[in-house]
Amino acid sequence: MSTTLTAGHEPDTGPDDGVGGPSRHEGPRGPRRIGGGMLDPRQLWHSLPDALRKLDPRTLWHNPVMFIVEVGAVFTTVLAVGDPSVFAWLITVWLWLTVVFANLAEAVAEGRGKAQAAALRRTRTDTVAHRLTGWSPGDQPNDISDVPAPELARGDLVVVSAGETIPGDGDIVEGIASVDESAITGESAPVIRESGGDRSSVTGGTKVLSDQIVVRITQQPGESFIDRMIALVEGADRRRTPNEVALNVLLAALTVIFLLAVATLQPLAAYTKGLQPAIPDSSTLTGHGITAIVLVSLVVCLIPTTIGALLSAIGIAGMDRLVQRNVLAMSGRAVEAAGDVGTLLLDKTGTITFGNRQARAFLPVGGSGGAGGSGGVAEGGGTSDLMLADAAQLSSLADETPEGRSIVVFAKERYGLRERAPGELRGATFVPFTAQTRMSGVDLIDPDDPATAASAASAVSGIGWVDGGVRQIRKGAASAVVAWVRAAGGTIPDELGEIVDGVSASGGTPLVVAEIAGRGPHPQARVLGVIQLADVVKTGMRARFDEMRRMGIRTVMITGDNPLTAKAIAEEAGVDDFLAEATPEDKLALIRTEQANGTLVAMTGDGTNDAPALAQADVGVAMNTGTSAAKEAGNMVDLDSDPTKLIEIVEIGKQLLITRGALTTFSIANDVAKYFAIIPAMFAGVYGGLDKLNIMRLATPESAILSAVIFNALVIIALIPLALRGVRYVPSSASALLSRNLTRYGLGGIIAPFVGIKIIDLLLQFIPGVG
Amino acid sequence: MSSNVAGVLAVALLVAAIWVTYRPLGDYMHRTYTDQRHLRVERWIYRATGVNPDAGQRWPVYARSVLAFSLVSVLLLYLLERIQAHLPWNLGFSGVAPPLAWNTAVSFMTNTNWQAYSGESTMGHLVQMAGLAVQNFLSAAVGIAVAIAVVRGLARRRAPVASGAGSRDDVMGTGDELGNFWVDLTRTTIRILLPICAVAAIVLIAGGAIQNLHGNRVVDTLTGGHQAVTGGPVASQEAIKELGTNGGGFYNVNSAHPFENPTSWTNLFEIYLLLAIPFSLPRAFGRMVGDRRQGLAIVSVMAVLAIASFAVGAAFQAVHHGTVPTAVGAATEGTESRFGVPNSSLFASATTLTSTGAVNSFHDSYTSLGGASLLFNMMLGEIAPGGTGSGLYGMLVLAVITVFVAGLMIGRTPEYLGKRIGSREIRFAAMYFLITPILALLGTGVAVGLPGERASMLNSGAHGLSEVLYAFTSAANNNGSAFAGISVNTTWYNTALGLAMLLGRLLPMVFVLAMAGSFARQHPVPVTAGTLPTHRPQFAGMLGGIAVILVALTFFPALALGPLAEGIHA
Repeated sequence: MSTTLTAGHEPDTGPDDGVGGPSRHEGPRGPRRIGGGMLDPRQLWHSLPDALRKLDPRTLWHNPVMFIVEVGAVFTTVLAVGDPSVFAWLITVWLWLTVVFANLAEAVAEGRGKAQAAALRRTRTDTVAHRLTGWSPGDQPNDISDVPAPELARGDLVVVSAGETIPGDGDIVEGIASVDESAITGESAPVIRESGGDRSSVTGGTKVLSDQIVVRITQQPGESFIDRMIALVEGADRRRTPNEVALNVLLAALTVIFLLAVATLQPLAAYTKGLQPAIPDSSTLTGHGITAIVLVSLVVCLIPTTIGALLSAIGIAGMDRLVQRNVLAMSGRAVEAAGDVGTLLLDKTGTITFGNRQARAFLPVGGSGGAGGSGGVAEGGGTSDLMLADAAQLSSLADETPEGRSIVVFAKERYGLRERAPGELRGATFVPFTAQTRMSGVDLIDPDDPATAASAASAVSGIGWVDGGVRQIRKGAASAVVAWVRAAGGTIPDELGEIVDGVSASGGTPLVVAEIAGRGPHPQARVLGVIQLADVVKTGMRARFDEMRRMGIRTVMITGDNPLTAKAIAEEAGVDDFLAEATPEDKLALIRTEQANGTLVAMTGDGTNDAPALAQADVGVAMNTGTSAAKEAGNMVDLDSDPTKLIEIVEIGKQLLITRGALTTFSIANDVAKYFAIIPAMFAGVYGGLDKLNIMRLATPESAILSAVIFNALVIIALIPLALRGVRYVPSSASALLSRNLTRYGLGGIIAPFVGIKIIDLLLQFIPGVG
Repeated sequence: MSSNVAGVLAVALLVAAIWVTYRPLGDYMHRTYTDQRHLRVERWIYRATGVNPDAGQRWPVYARSVLAFSLVSVLLLYLLERIQAHLPWNLGFSGVAPPLAWNTAVSFMTNTNWQAYSGESTMGHLVQMAGLAVQNFLSAAVGIAVAIAVVRGLARRRAPVASGAGSRDDVMGTGDELGNFWVDLTRTTIRILLPICAVAAIVLIAGGAIQNLHGNRVVDTLTGGHQAVTGGPVASQEAIKELGTNGGGFYNVNSAHPFENPTSWTNLFEIYLLLAIPFSLPRAFGRMVGDRRQGLAIVSVMAVLAIASFAVGAAFQAVHHGTVPTAVGAATEGTESRFGVPNSSLFASATTLTSTGAVNSFHDSYTSLGGASLLFNMMLGEIAPGGTGSGLYGMLVLAVITVFVAGLMIGRTPEYLGKRIGSREIRFAAMYFLITPILALLGTGVAVGLPGERASMLNSGAHGLSEVLYAFTSAANNNGSAFAGISVNTTWYNTALGLAMLLGRLLPMVFVLAMAGSFARQHPVPVTAGTLPTHRPQFAGMLGGIAVILVALTFFPALALGPLAEGIHA
């Protein structure tokens, strides 16, 4: 059976030594929105040293916008030292604060990753590996040499016993073990790993709890999964994503324009002032033009510092949000691609439907009964639902498969049949399922008085016995049960074929229930009816697919079922399309076709045969329970192995871009108000009419400029939580999203600074030398 | 009929006329550029010039062709001006001095038609016809050709797998070619500009414009003095001057001259001519990208910006509170009494919105804020509707930038017409956008910073700054209209403005072609519900808003010290 860890486990409340803690996402059920990543004010304080270290121009150089601010700050510092004034020093201090705030945003975002990395590093302790030489499967592990884990090379074989830590990533080549993977997944429940199949991969740093396994190392030294995780959460090898590069180009262009607009203003201002020598020099405008401090202030206010300061924090936080959901993206590019996905390939089982089929209905055979008139059979000669339900339940009591459990549950829910413990029925022998018989069931033989036992049983179940004696109940595949009934001399009602076909056509699996009951050498064999097993679509999936459709994402269900079954489930779940009887090759071909049309494709997978498709997909999410090959091929790994998480990944990808776009718009929109503060402050002295542009009625030229600079700095701090959390994303059409964000960040970006600057000015006017 | 009512009627008539011709003219242009066949006369031209008309050009080749053709055009025109003294029909004028010849050659090649000279006292008929008029046609055709190449880049639907000679959706193959510059140039000239101009010239002649090869005629004036009246091939030049959004007048006073623009209805006709092609090209664009609504969205943005700008400009002219304007009801100074204030404002708005630069009134005399609105029209980057071709590709670049910002805000890698806007595309769009503000601001800053050049300013203070700012904005945006008020026929101004015109024309063309080349290589992304619709009012509104805000942010400080300082009174 599957050992997949599904979402929705109770969060581990124990000490949290895993990455990002236990999975705290609420799973696919119920409304949930991408959020999380709240900012703790203490983080700002803790990140301050890092923020100050980032003042190093060699580091800051990579962020041209903030680099210019720093150059300006250095320049005004020199000026303030040479010609000190309250105004000059206040401007200087706030320019430095602007840079520090920007660094702080980045440092806070990185700081969260560092905490996680530290936790991970602890697992990468000095593990000793027991390396095998000259071993081949089936041998006893004899020739063991102990080496430090970091010295293991790809292809080495190691033996790991209960209580030991697995020294490196690899595949189990022999044995089965329960493994504690909480170091990576944060999930405390152990998982089963075994050689062969799709559950063979183990991760270095996890712990074997029982048994002994032989592992073939598949990693290069220093490139283990944990190594990569550490690098990722620390952002050590963070490279700019294509979209980030494009945005940087636009920001650079805007910066150049504003630099130029300010630089070319100087001769104009000098000329203007020169014509009116009678007007005394002010702190903003002299005969040489605009004073250097004001000029620097103007540049800093105009260039897109808000988005420039927060851009890298947004990117880091986006990856972090994924990590918090226990998803590791191997590159930022993959996260961005997730936002662009046009087609989602979803495996039916486990994603759209529950992992296993469940009983949906009991369909009794109406006219069965053969020779009729056996004791307790209902008068009509057919079987009633209740009789069938009882027989089905009896046959499934010892059946521990999910299908079997679902029959018992369904009988209880629908027919009120109390679940009987296997020991409760005396004289019951349970017949397990075998591949040969393809049936399972129960043989009931009353050891005492057949007649009384029978009536007692009848009282319990409400179904009559056939004159005591033997009762054998079987359920199983139609052909097997039919053969069993025939062999016992029973007849098969014509109706059965129709019911079985009907169940198949509707996407279900029919299980036929039959019994042989009676005393003596010729007991009666008859078919009771059919249990309809069907895939049960998870609740809320249709709503999610509708949401996807509104976002412009097509959902395709992948299943091994026949087309008829697939169609029925696809319709029930509300996916746009399905791929039935899918082979790995079909999957790959489908991805290629979609991509040829220009659509980005996302999928999940865990098996080795999924690897080519995972590699081909633009977003390939490998399940952590899957094979190493799958994990190598995908560009994301879901530590919870929850296939529905793909949907959240898409939302996080979108949220990342939206946050960038929103803050860019906000940043540019802010400039309007700053002009209305600074331009009159500079020139109203020479042209009185320009004071009309001082619509905020700011107190003095100095307070106006200082207010703009302070607002510009404070807005960075104010927006750090937003940058880390991401703009709220509600799946909706492109137009609706744009309207919402344009109003909030465009219009809001125009209005907010008018209010903010005015408030700051109201406070500043009390400062001597400014107000 | 009061002149204000006349003005409103004129605008209504104009909007109606453009509305009527938007579809047929746009469709005709679409047919012209997607036609598989060549006219006989075109085949002659291709044979004579050794062009293979069926060979497609990738963007570097297309751009090189544009540059080479422009270089040759400048050299030929320069040569023609310099040797004028030895040419027939020179009306006795000598060769044009090198700085002015350079400036004029560049000016006409770049579709700017900045004139640092008086036509009737500098250029003979041959230079006017063989030099200036020819460039009027060719520079307009180059602009349209580049616009069409850019549209092809966006429209190109490449087969995902190389399918060989499959369906040819266009005349030029299925690869990432942008078409063939020589074919586009030839077709534009022969199929679009020449036929319309022939008709337009006749209409103008009917209206009273002159068309002859007379030299100067000395006439006796009523007061007993003598006056030399220059005749010439005016109507033919006038037609392409407007249709090609060129603006270089035969006479110094341009469309205020009765021989160029005799009556108020020819005035309206000329305005229509200069708006016709720029407003119809979006239709051709919509047809070529297979979605007419896209063209409609672009033309709507152009129209709304144009009408709003005209309304603001005209209002400033009408409500100015000076003594004389108050007395006569409007700012009449510098306007032709034949046209009145509203029709002058209309012409001025149209000519600055279209990078034409023809004038029928004296922009320097406009009210400060009225003048500012004309400046702002040019600062928009000549996109509403802009010059022939250049208006469309300028607007498309802005659309790309708008889509980029909007696309981010809906959480997808931005795409326009199915083409993704990555760092390469945004880099070229940004460089395109940077060029004209850099040239305009840098030129103004340097001119004001240099003492000698400052001396050329005939007005001091804010108005003087406005004049310099206007000159460089006009040159960098290839408009060509002048505030005048500065002596620009100096070596420094001729050289600097010439450079501004040259760089302001060719660099954006190269960048926009490079961007189109990037788009042409892409296989388009299918449209889904998650795609930002670019044909709805929402996007059109955002595009217009971004255009205005970007320009306002760029030029606000300079405007503050120029027209705003002058126009806003304490």
